[in-house]
Amino acid sequence: MGRSAALTVLAFLLTFLAAFISPASADEAALRATIAKFAQAKNFQATESVVKELAAAGDPAVEKPLAALAEGDLYVRKSDAAVFIGRESGQAVKLADPLTGAEAGEAAKSEVTKVRVNNSLRRAIREALGSLTLGAEDPAARLAAAQTMFRTPDPDAIEALDAAIAKEGVASVKTALEQARAAAALASDLPEADKLAAIQVVAARGDRDALSLLTGFQARAEGPQKEAAAAAISTINSSLAIWAAGQNVWYGISLGSVLLLAAIGLAITFGVMGVINMAHGEMVMLGAYTTYVVQNVIRTSAPNLFDWSLAIALPLAFLVAAAVGFAIERGIIRFLYGRPLETLLATWGVSLILQQAVRTVFGPTNREVGNPSWMSGAFELGQLSITWNRLWILCFALAVFFVLLFVMKKTPWGLQMRAVTANRRMASSMGIRTPWVDALTFALGSGIAGIAGVALSQIDNVSPNLGQGYIIDSFMVVVFGGVGNLWGTLVGAFSLGVLNKFLEPYAGAVLGKILVLVLIILFIQKRPRGLFALKGRAVEA
Amino acid sequence: MRGLTTTIRSLLAAGALSAGLMAAPAWSQEETIKVGVLHSLSGTMAISETTLKDTMLFLIEEQNKKGGVLGKKLEAVVVDPASDWPLFAEKARELISVNKASAVFGCWTSVSRKSVLPVFEELNNLLFYPVQYEGEESQRNVFYTGAAPNQQAIPAVDYLMNEEGVERWVLAGTDYVYPQTTNKILQAYLESKGVAKEDILVNYTPFGHSDWQTIVTDIKNFGSAGKKTAVVSTINGDANVPFYKELANQGIKAEDIPVVAFSVGEEELAGLDTAPLVGHLTAWNYFQSVDTPENAEFIAAWKGYTKNDKRVTNDPMEAHVIGFNMWVKAVEKAGTTDPDAVIDAIIGVSVPNLSGGYSTMMPNHHITKPVLIGEIQADGQMETVWQTSGLVVGDEWSDYLPDSKDLIADWRAPLSCGNFNVATGKCGGKGIN
Repeated sequence: MGRSAALTVLAFLLTFLAAFISPASADEAALRATIAKFAQAKNFQATESVVKELAAAGDPAVEKPLAALAEGDLYVRKSDAAVFIGRESGQAVKLADPLTGAEAGEAAKSEVTKVRVNNSLRRAIREALGSLTLGAEDPAARLAAAQTMFRTPDPDAIEALDAAIAKEGVASVKTALEQARAAAALASDLPEADKLAAIQVVAARGDRDALSLLTGFQARAEGPQKEAAAAAISTINSSLAIWAAGQNVWYGISLGSVLLLAAIGLAITFGVMGVINMAHGEMVMLGAYTTYVVQNVIRTSAPNLFDWSLAIALPLAFLVAAAVGFAIERGIIRFLYGRPLETLLATWGVSLILQQAVRTVFGPTNREVGNPSWMSGAFELGQLSITWNRLWILCFALAVFFVLLFVMKKTPWGLQMRAVTANRRMASSMGIRTPWVDALTFALGSGIAGIAGVALSQIDNVSPNLGQGYIIDSFMVVVFGGVGNLWGTLVGAFSLGVLNKFLEPYAGAVLGKILVLVLIILFIQKRPRGLFALKGRAVEA
Repeated sequence: MRGLTTTIRSLLAAGALSAGLMAAPAWSQEETIKVGVLHSLSGTMAISETTLKDTMLFLIEEQNKKGGVLGKKLEAVVVDPASDWPLFAEKARELISVNKASAVFGCWTSVSRKSVLPVFEELNNLLFYPVQYEGEESQRNVFYTGAAPNQQAIPAVDYLMNEEGVERWVLAGTDYVYPQTTNKILQAYLESKGVAKEDILVNYTPFGHSDWQTIVTDIKNFGSAGKKTAVVSTINGDANVPFYKELANQGIKAEDIPVVAFSVGEEELAGLDTAPLVGHLTAWNYFQSVDTPENAEFIAAWKGYTKNDKRVTNDPMEAHVIGFNMWVKAVEKAGTTDPDAVIDAIIGVSVPNLSGGYSTMMPNHHITKPVLIGEIQADGQMETVWQTSGLVVGDEWSDYLPDSKDLIADWRAPLSCGNFNVATGKCGGKGIN
């Protein structure tokens, strides 16, 4: 208590000192007077007019309070209507001076009110900050400012932009600034030649934002300007169409990687062993819940390990799902070999039991599984935007596939598995303990489904119904690719993904799915054993 | 295959039946008034409906502390229709005929409500339905305590149009009756406001859709036509989480293309990393963050009852609170639990809602409510950014659809009709359903 009081006093002294040393100019007093008006603003319009007033001062110092306001971190103390930047910590709010950022003590949450922001206010702040940060030290800040100004062209900013272009040393920022200037020129009443040049600059950008700007310009332009804009629009459109096809392929591959992950465990249990395992989806769900539990433990005991949570969850999810799979095989399925209908019903029952068990233990609502920082956001590749989580899932799916392929083809255990599948009695006479191979194979398939759950928890809900959404797709992939063939599963997953994504823009998501199903049924009529049929005597039997 | 599905179905039904029997309360000597609770406790809808079952148990316990109703204690009879629509009808019949429930609180999806309607009509009992729905219905035995489209969708669109200046609209929804009807009404409404056809994009996705890449790109492209664009989302339940994640990952911010959702509440956000959603909008008649003494008291009591400090409250819960209090008041006014007497007594009954006003049961069996637009905050709560100045009366037959604009419902004598056509002067009009 004594310590925090001392700290408060110290903070006050520092604020006082700071105010004393830096010449408290008339400007700063005016800014403070303006900032104080936030306390009086009763609605969003009033707050917005205060923002405009602050921005009009043109002083870079207002960046701090405005940025805080946009983040929802600007508070008013109820007792004296003073405005502060606040950071929540528990039940208290740490206050700081809005201009200098110097600490100004703490207040309980009930003693302060937040200055409320909505979207139109955030936009106003972003625009205001855009022109203010044009001269910032950090090139990234200047780039962001230029991009904001491109999206919200303002003819009055042309002079400021010209000055910034003349000073700019970084090539990429300079290009962005020139594009922002061109956008502003299109919105201004400059002579025609300038506008025509500006159209070329904007057209060179070639993306959706440029298209949006030019479409807006074309609607109000006349004569040669309109023609030039129309020509630029059609050029951009045709290049975007090519990119869109590329984007579709990427989406297809990414959907395919999800299908592959979901189906690859089933390729073992159903494909290799021939067990119609309706509880496959629930193994995926168990993997996702393992991730949730791991993240929960990490959050409470070792928060700095959060980015590693998925890596830690992987082996655990494998073990949990494999153990459950092992128990199912030993407890139920081994009594039902050769009776597909009973297996189907029994595993369906198991899936219901597992779902309800998870619902009872964890509750029916979704559980929050966070994305580690390296799996958030997207990057641009030309006009393609590729999200990190999808890219990592693709890499992960391929890695799992090749590891599994190695296990099946190059290890003694894989050899035994294949031997049992090919000819159980012969394998048995060779001294292979086929019941154990069955159990372990089933556990392997289940474990793989479990690690798929870790990846799928990143893009889907972690709820007891998670597995239900994947079971049909998984069977579709395995049957389409050819039962018993891992490569078939790979090719099947990716071709279904790409097919789905090419149908979706034309047919819509609902009809697209139906069409894929119909196409698969037709395909199975023609080739009952799927894309890559296994050949051999045992298979025919 | 047909035989197989039947087997699976009957297995499911058997499971649900035994669960229902187990959930039935212990034998009691005293005479009680039975209140039926018809919410799915297993299956896909359990995620939303389990909370409502808890809410009902909580409300009944509170009422019993106050001495019950008409000097008798209330007794909850809980059954589990297991997210299986035909089973809803069976369970409703069981509640009324076997358990002798005086009123039933339940259902979530429109299809479950449609499935139980004939049962309530036939056995003449009361159903309180707490969820926002598509309208185009008014039934003598049903009381709609959730929002009709004019109490949620239309004010939300007005807000976007007037406050955010939106000119281009994406109507995205899950492919079933509520989104389709709501989108039809919205489309008609937008066109009546002068929005061109090419500025409206309608998109439907299957239940539980999880791959949103193409659709989010479509929205992004639709939004780059030089006009301010917004998404009106009637996407249901689980599909929302991957949708918002994809929006955030593709860099679509709420400032650029805001999404206003009608099915995303505090309960759904509880299982979600809300950072990417901040600034997106929701439209409801109640938020947990509503700052009134009634609401603070309710939240404290609810957290105490569930013994969980993190339990959230949401709009359908408030609807049950209102509906339950209305029923109690109507029973006391009528002096009996007889459905016919209660149906007559409940019209005009006013009870406090949790947002600081009074909600009244109207003759069309819908209630008056305020409409709130909230922005999603980083802590998973909504902050009210706009609200209607007064209460809005639920409009069962939309004024914007040519088929239903002449229809009204009035269950008072002498009209006593749920679909009276004012143009022809006859009872028995049909909307678009």
